[in-house]
Amino acid sequence: MSNAENSNQYSTIVKDGLWDNNGVFSMLLGMCPTMAMTTSATNGFGMGLATAVVMAASSYLVAVFRNQITTEVRIPVYILIVASMVTLVDLAMNAWMHELYKVLGLFIPLIVSNCLPLARLEAFAAKQPSFPALLDGLFMGLGFTIALTAIGAVREIVGSGTLFADASLLLGNSFKVIEMRVLPADMGVLMMILPPGGFIVTGLLVVVKRVLDLRAGKEIQMAGAHAV
Amino acid sequence: MNATHDSPIASVAVKPKPYIHGVILFAFCLGFGLVMALTNDVTLDDISARALEDKQNSLSQVLPDNIHDNNPVLDTVTVKNEEGKETTVYRARKDKQVTGVAYEIFGTGYAGEIRLMMGIDASGKLLGVRVLAHKETPGLGDKIEAKKSPWIERFTGLSLGNPSVERWKVKKDGGDFDQFAGATITPRGVVAAIRRGQEFYAANKDKLTGSN
Repeated sequence: MSNAENSNQYSTIVKDGLWDNNGVFSMLLGMCPTMAMTTSATNGFGMGLATAVVMAASSYLVAVFRNQITTEVRIPVYILIVASMVTLVDLAMNAWMHELYKVLGLFIPLIVSNCLPLARLEAFAAKQPSFPALLDGLFMGLGFTIALTAIGAVREIVGSGTLFADASLLLGNSFKVIEMRVLPADMGVLMMILPPGGFIVTGLLVVVKRVLDLRAGKEIQMAGAHAV
Repeated sequence: MNATHDSPIASVAVKPKPYIHGVILFAFCLGFGLVMALTNDVTLDDISARALEDKQNSLSQVLPDNIHDNNPVLDTVTVKNEEGKETTVYRARKDKQVTGVAYEIFGTGYAGEIRLMMGIDASGKLLGVRVLAHKETPGLGDKIEAKKSPWIERFTGLSLGNPSVERWKVKKDGGDFDQFAGATITPRGVVAAIRRGQEFYAANKDKLTGSN
């Protein structure tokens, strides 16, 4: 492949992950952590980042070993790889990034139950060289982060009247400035923080994305029907 | 759909022997198992150090620094409570004398158990109470957390006689303590847990403050 073709492929991977084939808003995958962890923008952001790290690492490993993994045992091997990456991230963060771990620790084991990493391993990493696979895992994960932060931001503003509350716990004290109070404390609509709010906001944001895509003259991709 | 996969007949011809899949799966399990065991080894000491620090932090909120010169995390005694559950009690000492103790108490909230750490001084006065973990409704029941509302600080300095035992209830039940708008069950559970925690201290006072 020439350099031009390479960079063309890479920019498609990046665009697919972040927007065109977004894990949440286009493929509707990973709904379990999406509903559970988007009660605030900060929580969504943290969950997204942890998922991105695990996805990049496991996509890379699957691509490296793709010729050794036979079709018959590929699913258990993928799960083994994702679960191992999750365990490594969990242990390392607990030991060396303990403040962050206290905020994110709850979410990390949930990554194993997310079907988005598994879907990308099967659909992309298993058939691609290691670098594109790493890129795909990373940007699908970052797209997931964007989606969770967006859903979390809407739920948090309408539900508690704040935006990025406790962001300084996750990102350090210099991010204290992004913690905002948008509405008075007693104006929050509690339902948005509870599970129904997650479904309502996710549905509305899926509509918003499709309207934007239609305006831009793009073809709407049905969930899961994307060709690699 | 495009026929992008090999036809089944072609793949049968090159199909490897069945046991090879087992060998491959075994090799991956072994490899990643080793990596995880190594990581566990490397992080073990740091993780237990962090856990100890966390415990120290939660204790220092309910056992003020000025009442002890020992490390309460390391000075523990285990006592059975009235339900037969073992409670680990952390003791604060100054000049070898026990000046206060802290232990975990449990309340029943709206959505399951609420875990709290309670500190009490040798005379039975509360030094402080802090929530360690709970699953209460965000925005309603979570006002029991010190960082969300000062409500929990109300208990500091009180004891079983102040107010009297039958006033250790939320106002709705005829007691002295405020409930939250929209949430009565959560503060009711916390107040009851604190009352039971003090009764536990009163019942085991000799054992807890003894010098052994």
